[in-house]
Amino acid sequence: MTTTDTVRPGDIAPGDATAVEISTTELAAVRADFPLLERTVRGGQPLVYLDSAATSQKPQVVLDTEVDFYEQRNAAVHRGAHQLAEEATEAFEQARAAVAAFVGADDGEIVWQSGATAAINVVAYAFSNATLGRGGEAAARFRLAPGDEILVTEAEHHANLVPWQELSARTGATLRWIPVTDDGRLDLSDLDTLLTERTKVLAFGHVSNVTGAVAPVATLVAAAQRVGALTVLDACQSVPNMPVNFHELGVDFAAFSGHKMLGPTGVGALYGRRELLAAMPPTITGGSMVEVVTMESTTYAPPPQRFEAGTQMVAQAVGMGCAAQYLGELGMAGVARHETELAAELLKIAEIPGVRVIGPLDTADRLAVVSFVVDGVHAHDVGQVLDDKGIAVRVGHHCAQPLHRRFGVAATARASASVYTTVEEVVAFREALAGVRAFFGAE
Amino acid sequence: MSTLEQMYQQVILDHAKRPVGHGLVDLAAVEGHLAGESHQVNPTCGDEVTLRVDVTPEGTVAGVSWEGQGCSISQASVSVMTSLVEGVPLAEVARLDGLFHDLMSSRGKGLGDEAEDALGDAAAFTGVSQYPARIKCALLGWAALKDSLARSGALATR
Repeated sequence: MTTTDTVRPGDIAPGDATAVEISTTELAAVRADFPLLERTVRGGQPLVYLDSAATSQKPQVVLDTEVDFYEQRNAAVHRGAHQLAEEATEAFEQARAAVAAFVGADDGEIVWQSGATAAINVVAYAFSNATLGRGGEAAARFRLAPGDEILVTEAEHHANLVPWQELSARTGATLRWIPVTDDGRLDLSDLDTLLTERTKVLAFGHVSNVTGAVAPVATLVAAAQRVGALTVLDACQSVPNMPVNFHELGVDFAAFSGHKMLGPTGVGALYGRRELLAAMPPTITGGSMVEVVTMESTTYAPPPQRFEAGTQMVAQAVGMGCAAQYLGELGMAGVARHETELAAELLKIAEIPGVRVIGPLDTADRLAVVSFVVDGVHAHDVGQVLDDKGIAVRVGHHCAQPLHRRFGVAATARASASVYTTVEEVVAFREALAGVRAFFGAE
Repeated sequence: MSTLEQMYQQVILDHAKRPVGHGLVDLAAVEGHLAGESHQVNPTCGDEVTLRVDVTPEGTVAGVSWEGQGCSISQASVSVMTSLVEGVPLAEVARLDGLFHDLMSSRGKGLGDEAEDALGDAAAFTGVSQYPARIKCALLGWAALKDSLARSGALATR
């Protein structure tokens, strides 16, 4: 692994020809960093892991960092006067700084959460609590009333849909959504009627976990800013696979998880613009997030601690910081280039008779997440036959039932790549997929 | 036979292609009969089945009809179950339901000749029990049958 990337994060869109390639040698070195990739499955066959959009595998350095934390530094952070507490706190805050640098944020704008789902809920409940009067005048921006609108998209993962449905139910605000085109991209033709002065929140995914399509963030953020709506970006699929810089994107909030970006499970992050986090009432309350507590009332710590009640997932956070550093050193421009190459290879499945890709068929503004259906064979059965060859794909609705309904299918199979995925693996996948219909005798 | 072929036995593939009892039949009240309907969903994969059962006054399954969508295992299992329980007394249906659940817990070992004879074509699902993620597919129809029988009131009156 070398550090050849001198391009600033955010400068390069996936597929940019100027991006630095990951060489074959580098890819072999990267793969050697991931112990799990060496194991065999289903009777000694090599593992072909094409389910990284669900969760990525972890490099040894992330695993070692987490173990090292427990073996050498484990202590409660932000309290205690002993050396271990100092070292644990330092590791915890350095990890925050590493994650912040990785996504183009300031340290104080990154809040640890258990995952992206929790992060999005923190924002949704901040609106809810502000609507109930919590946070005072400072939180006026977060108040909602009947007549206000929350705008999402039809392509959302349930994690960026259900919290907004719930928020609209609690506040009387109306939930609206941007539809999806036949090739799986956001249909912005009616954006002017959907996004208006009534819109208080625009929540959307950076990259669809089903279609792999990259949303036109600049267009949506500019439109939201024109009407004064706050933007919430689900960045779970983008942060691991392409350069992401939240300051440059101009979003107000963003959520992403550690386990999809080569880090541990149980940890994720909420990004919030500094002044917005400062104005936001907390969701989860208790220890560690306070200033002064009396029997009657409490004043709250400034962000990010205000949103980190209770004992934090310190070891996982340290692991996530390590993962951010690992990806940063690898160079996200090169990672995105690798993604585009793999997307092109994955999309060749559209040439297999009976296979239909749900999502864009070109590699522009899309990542290597490819969902598909096979005529006459249910996705679950497709996944089972691939599994028999050692090929791991996701089957089901991928926590995006409305998007599947939009395409008239109950379930799809999905192949997704990561930084360690090789073209050879995709070729093996295509060959196995070509035999699926014959196995089930589909005409 | 590979474990994959053990799961996708020909009888299962045949039932998936030409399912028995597929297409909901109107439950026009037959004098003295009890009828019930159940809709079951497997939320993790989106498989679903709507099943109707018609029970005679003597407590025998007069007919089962269903609609559904899902993987070959879930659809074939409803089909095999339908052909297995039609004309069968409720006590025997309950025994078959217990045997099928035991089969699904057998981790591919099966239940022995006597039980598998009773299960007929349903014994072909032995291979499915080697795949923990697919057991719920095979059980979807059985859950719908049990629930529709409960809703029919036929279990309470016996």
